[in-house]
Amino acid sequence: MGIDREDVAGLEESSLYNRRVQAWIQTAAERGRYDIRGLGAKRKVPHFDDLTFLTGSASRYPLEGYRERCDTETVLGSRYAKNPIRLDIPITFAGMSFGSLSANVKEDLGRAATELGTSTTTGDGGMTDEERDSSETLVYQCLPSRYGFDPDDLRRADAVEVVIGQGAKPGGGGMLLGQKISERVADMRTLPAGIDQRSACRHPDWTGPDDLTIKIEELREITDWEIPVYVKVGATRVENDVKLAVKAGADVVVVDGMEGGTAATQDVFIEHAGIPTLAAVSQAAEALEDMKMTGEVQLIISGGIRTGADVAKAIALGADAVSIGQGAMFALGCNSEVWHDENGEPVSAVEDYEKLGTKPGFCHHMHTGMCPVGIATQDPELEKRLDPEWGARRLRNYFQTLNMELTTLARACGKSNVHHLEKEDLASLTIEAAAIAKVPLAGTDWIPGKF
Amino acid sequence: MEQRAGGSRIVDFDLEKQTVRELNQYLHKELPKNGVEEVRIFNPDGAHHIAVGMDAPAKVDIMGNAGYFVAGMNKHAEVTVRGSVGWSVAENIMSGTVRVEGYASECAGASGRGGLLVIEKDASSRCGISMKGNDIVVGGSVGHFSAFMAQAGRLVVCGDAGDGLGDSLYEAVIYVRGEMKGLGADAREEPTTEEDHASLAGLLERAGFDHDTEEFKRVASARSLYHWNADRDQGY
Repeated sequence: MGIDREDVAGLEESSLYNRRVQAWIQTAAERGRYDIRGLGAKRKVPHFDDLTFLTGSASRYPLEGYRERCDTETVLGSRYAKNPIRLDIPITFAGMSFGSLSANVKEDLGRAATELGTSTTTGDGGMTDEERDSSETLVYQCLPSRYGFDPDDLRRADAVEVVIGQGAKPGGGGMLLGQKISERVADMRTLPAGIDQRSACRHPDWTGPDDLTIKIEELREITDWEIPVYVKVGATRVENDVKLAVKAGADVVVVDGMEGGTAATQDVFIEHAGIPTLAAVSQAAEALEDMKMTGEVQLIISGGIRTGADVAKAIALGADAVSIGQGAMFALGCNSEVWHDENGEPVSAVEDYEKLGTKPGFCHHMHTGMCPVGIATQDPELEKRLDPEWGARRLRNYFQTLNMELTTLARACGKSNVHHLEKEDLASLTIEAAAIAKVPLAGTDWIPGKF
Repeated sequence: MEQRAGGSRIVDFDLEKQTVRELNQYLHKELPKNGVEEVRIFNPDGAHHIAVGMDAPAKVDIMGNAGYFVAGMNKHAEVTVRGSVGWSVAENIMSGTVRVEGYASECAGASGRGGLLVIEKDASSRCGISMKGNDIVVGGSVGHFSAFMAQAGRLVVCGDAGDGLGDSLYEAVIYVRGEMKGLGADAREEPTTEEDHASLAGLLERAGFDHDTEEFKRVASARSLYHWNADRDQGY
């Protein structure tokens, strides 16, 4: 069989203007607007998958799996707070808003976190009683929008997180479209129901890093220096931002890479702003080292953390803990073909995905509020598709699995505590990862640009 | 602690001798349970965070200038600053009253959700930014971008207003007695109603001003930005 040269030449696809790009241009030409969507970057970027562990052998002594202890206790906020956060595992739930998610989901996150001995985090839209009551350890976000921000909630929080940006849209603020603004959401945000709600990209009461110092002190004064203050940044100029956050007095710095998710923002933002989490964790850890703050200021990494291997690699690169948002959504059934009725029987959601113009596995339509599996919605009928008991169990199982994977890898590296994982335990599988993470390329001692 | 004529109990703090942290911890923990009705704070000397997080119906008298965030997140208390203040006085105020006898720097009353802030002289830019239900009365003028993205509540300006007033307003209403250098996106001047006059008269009286309400103009949202529209002005 020969190749038809005319056909191959005639069907040669442009790499620059391939069919995907052509379709995008044609859609833009038809609609005259950009896309707004949820979740995170879909493009391939250097990731924790590009690293591997150099586990024990003759030169390193592994611990016995299942038989020798590997500690996972994690302390966050020990710099200034009288009451640092003490978690059983270094895996936490990231901030996600009530409004984007249903109250049931917020409650699920709290219940699962409490059972796991970890923390969950509020989001844009304030603290609901459901999540406070269900969460033993709850981090209260102080966001630029200040929707529903209440000093009583601050006083009942276990930590406060000043959110400067998030990985999916650093510098971009947010938008909760009108179809998700129920009366309750509107009331919490002090805005009319049904209108598109812009979440500001800048804080209303402070601007630069010097002001941030004073803002952090205000939060400490109001809470009598009892709870930790986190500062969360979207990963862009990570070294500078981490250093400024530390200088401003943060107990904990949260760095959210470009793979991080969102409820809704412009697609161009999700795909073209920020740097990958792999790059962010390395820069953040180096910034802390430069300031001699490693161990004194804790580092939480988020954005595209999916598996126990991702968690272990983030910790080996210098993180004290990780935060997970999108993974939790998938654990709850985001993008599943089915939801489960009151008897636990699966019910197909495929038609509902089709109504949104998508399919299971590809949906990123959180912004519509029409979530086929009842997660990212305020519609009372759709909300019923997620049973709170079932959801909490799924979240617990997911995090438990991650933690088991984490300790498995740590033991194999000879660590009796997951926080003893270190960069030396890793090798890079790609030159890009070696350069970005500053981990030698596998089989070599080469770090591009360093040696 | 000392007794006053009439039986009210007052406590004095001197910030030359005591720290702001000691003061705030007293205000949060001791004051609500010991029946003190008034606290006087001497030598504030521009310190930040004075009387933040109040959660008791006490009077707090600050005898001089205060720095950033004075009376931040106030609930119930009646705070008076006998001087001028730095950034973000009474930010996120929930209830009660905060009065500044002098001038206020930027972001006065930012994101407040209730209560009343009175600034007897001028306030700088972004006064009332992001306000969510609080009232602000400024005896003098306000700087640019005041009431930016203000969601609910009332801003009363007895003097002039800088450029970009009420940019991206939601449901908050602004009353201006003097000149407005320029309105921000989606803000528009509207006719005043009887309801406006009654509301304004009540606020002015509470704030201690006796201006004729007929002298004020009303600015509110045109509500054209309430729903995202790609075909609008591309500058937004």
